[in-house]
Amino acid sequence: MSSMQRFPTVWLLAAALACPGAALAQDTIKVGVLHSLSGTMAISETTLKDTVLMLVDQQNKKGGLLGKKLEAVVVDPASNWPLFAEKARQLLEKDKVAVVFGCWTSVSRKSVLPVFEKDNGLLFYPVQYEGEESSKNVIYTGAAPNQQAIPAVDYLMKDVAVKRWVLEGTDYVYPRTTNKILEAYLKAKGVKAEDISINYTPFGYADWQARVAAIKRFGSAGKKTAVISTINGDANVPFYKELGNQRISAEDIPVVAFSVGEEELSGLDAKPLVGHLAAWNYFMSDKAPANKAFIDQWHAFIKKPKRTTNDPMEAHYIGFNLWVKAVEKARSTDVEKVLAALPGLEVPNLTGGIAKLLPNHHVTKPVYIGEVRADGQFDVVWKTSGTVPGDAWSDYLPGSKEIEADWVTLKCGNYNTKTKMCSGQSYK
Amino acid sequence: MLGELGEASFVEKEAIVERLSARGDPSIRPLLSALLEDRLIVRQSDQRVFIVKSADDSLASLELIDPVSLAGAGSASRDDLTRIGTNNRLRKRLRALVARFDLSNPDAAVRLAAVQEILRSLDAESLELLRSRSAVEPNAGVKAEIEIGMGLASLDSGDSRARLAAIAALTRTLSPQVRNRLAALVEPTADGGFAEPDELVRQAAARAVRAIDRWRAFYGVVETLFFGLSVGSVLVLVAVGLAITFGVMGVINMAHGELMMLGAYTTYVMQLAMPNHIGVSILLAVPAAFLVAGATGVILERTIIRFLYGRPLETLLATFGVSLVLQQLVRSLFSANNRSVETPAWMSGTLQMNGALSITVNRLCIIAFTLVVFAILLIVLKRTRLGLDIRAVSQNRAMAQAMGIRTGWVDAMTFGLGSGIAGIAGVALSQFTNVGPNLGQSYIIDSFMVVVFGGVGNLWGTLVGGLSMGVVHQLLEPYAGAVLAKILVLVALIVFIQRWPRGLFPQTGRAAESQT
Repeated sequence: MSSMQRFPTVWLLAAALACPGAALAQDTIKVGVLHSLSGTMAISETTLKDTVLMLVDQQNKKGGLLGKKLEAVVVDPASNWPLFAEKARQLLEKDKVAVVFGCWTSVSRKSVLPVFEKDNGLLFYPVQYEGEESSKNVIYTGAAPNQQAIPAVDYLMKDVAVKRWVLEGTDYVYPRTTNKILEAYLKAKGVKAEDISINYTPFGYADWQARVAAIKRFGSAGKKTAVISTINGDANVPFYKELGNQRISAEDIPVVAFSVGEEELSGLDAKPLVGHLAAWNYFMSDKAPANKAFIDQWHAFIKKPKRTTNDPMEAHYIGFNLWVKAVEKARSTDVEKVLAALPGLEVPNLTGGIAKLLPNHHVTKPVYIGEVRADGQFDVVWKTSGTVPGDAWSDYLPGSKEIEADWVTLKCGNYNTKTKMCSGQSYK
Repeated sequence: MLGELGEASFVEKEAIVERLSARGDPSIRPLLSALLEDRLIVRQSDQRVFIVKSADDSLASLELIDPVSLAGAGSASRDDLTRIGTNNRLRKRLRALVARFDLSNPDAAVRLAAVQEILRSLDAESLELLRSRSAVEPNAGVKAEIEIGMGLASLDSGDSRARLAAIAALTRTLSPQVRNRLAALVEPTADGGFAEPDELVRQAAARAVRAIDRWRAFYGVVETLFFGLSVGSVLVLVAVGLAITFGVMGVINMAHGELMMLGAYTTYVMQLAMPNHIGVSILLAVPAAFLVAGATGVILERTIIRFLYGRPLETLLATFGVSLVLQQLVRSLFSANNRSVETPAWMSGTLQMNGALSITVNRLCIIAFTLVVFAILLIVLKRTRLGLDIRAVSQNRAMAQAMGIRTGWVDAMTFGLGSGIAGIAGVALSQFTNVGPNLGQSYIIDSFMVVVFGGVGNLWGTLVGGLSMGVVHQLLEPYAGAVLAKILVLVALIVFIQRWPRGLFPQTGRAAESQT
């Protein structure tokens, strides 16, 4: 410090260097990227950061947006949920970004929600989640339960004739809410309580022998049994290993997972998993030309020809294009104007369909069920005939089925159709 | 017909497979098993179907076999070949079809597996095959398995005496298929009647179901005990190293978990070094992990811990710092992501004891391994010069020094021994948990619990304590759930320590007096 004061020229030089930078910054539109680059979630979220950087890069090559270049502002919330809120505030208040792409776990989204609503920011959230939420300031480009969990159950019920169900999850908000919805749905479909077994294990659970033996016993009652897995993170690896070890094949008791995709499988030996199922809105193995082009661009950008693509990456692709289209339509990056322009916009997804943004801030998505192949990719065995509109508030939960989200006519994310009341923002 | 396989949907493929196998010609078997094992491919250039010898994707070029004549058909590059995919339904069907051909296989084990496969989806056609095989089958085990199939079929016979005989024969089998089939006989149907018209037969079936259920419940308890012992032996394995560093030396080593992690990473490195001999690498990893973790322990003792003897709080903080350093070290060396350690073939799979009880081989190996490690440690402590020195120093340091024992050297060796055993525990852990930088953290609390519970300074206490904690945990888990079971064990332990502060096997005599 003292040396700086002795040489005022250093200050001048610093100022001279900073000025063109400042002038340049005025000509760019800032795009915030809020994904963990360290900690437990880094494995999944780093890929999404790179996806946004690639999309920004491509948009700039096309000449930018509204005649300006896009500039990505990357921050690292380090898989630390309170830090997510802090970094969000930094992006919105200090960096004044026009839009933020970010978050993975539901708990991180719940953590930043109050910040986005207070500062009137705009967040694109790319991961499948438990629903029961619709914020004015968040666009949910991942699947709601009716775009992933419910169709998967329908497939197992109709095509595989499953009669007995094990709902196996990690102990936190997403599996608990999803399983509550699924249990209500199964009971509505006439499945008896004794044919449903629900169990939760902690994050990072490794000793699966007793649980897998229990599943085996539950499945030996003479009725076709399936496991709906909302197990998250690295607990999946010992779980599937133990299934293989106890000789439970996908032909006897299939496991359909909602959190296991190409990225997760690329880290382990997929052979014991062959035939187990996953439900997503996108698979890398899809043959659509748009997907082929996207994979090529991704490999060129990341410079690793073996890297996989996955469902949340497609969600960011859809979200980014929606935002670009809305900004072009509004001729402004002002959050209010963009939010007004967004509902009803349509952009192509990567599997040859159209993603349309609905008034409840969710998008329409096709649903695919894939079987794991030995190379860690998926063979699609079933898909919905068209796209499914995302439903923020599940129709199968008491207290939730009367609630509607509509940011166009009702201007409310939590409108009770019975009491005709809007409870305002929904975060807890 | 084969050419269509390339473009066909799963349903069409199934139809093609059915048509191919309808003729019962055994020459179709290689084709079916190739399709089952992902070894059936289409050559892009001319859309012809071939079998490849290996489904290994890492090979650039693959040898082709003609699916009809089974003669070699040259080789082709990987890029020109497309695998013909299968789904669960198709694979299940293929397995059943292949099993029919395997009924006449010269190997009795293959025939047994084939019969078991056929029993899973019994129909009139396969029953006929079983019946004709039964007449010529020389092997008693295979014949007994076929009898089950016959028995199941006789349950549908019109003669109630035949049905009774079938039930009597089936009572001895414990497999869930038989149990469910018998239970279905006595279950009232939707219209209030029964699937089985004869009252007498129904009573016999109900009796048989009860008998089977009793046996299954018994084997269920046996299975839980086995699980408990296997969980317990893991606890013993992770705690026994600590029983030496903490129990004998009194050092609170918070880096004990990280020494296990080093052992697990050593296993991973050994597998990387010899990718084609996974089965051998795991055996070599045991001494390697002992050396790596043991050397780390000796360095740790010589550079940090020896300056802190008699100051438990500082030792705790310093070793906690060391644990963070070691974690960051593997993060920098191997990245923060988990590494996948393969389980060798001889350690995977299950031993099917009977229809109700199967025991996983890897758990059996761990139990045996723990007992071996424990026995060796006991011999080292009781029967070697080093063991004598260790015991002498721990009982009366000043006297040992006066007798000419280099106590500093003994301290380093003792700590090295405890750390090396932690490394060996890491090899075992790598077989069923994720190998990552945080591996040690999840086991450090458990290991301290076991040592304190068993009685500080007593190896037998660690063994009994670890095994009993494992069994209690497994008995509780089905009722309480994974999280609550752990809490209950912890609470029970706290209450126990309140009442008996010195654990299960308290040390007695002068040594114990001098420590307090």
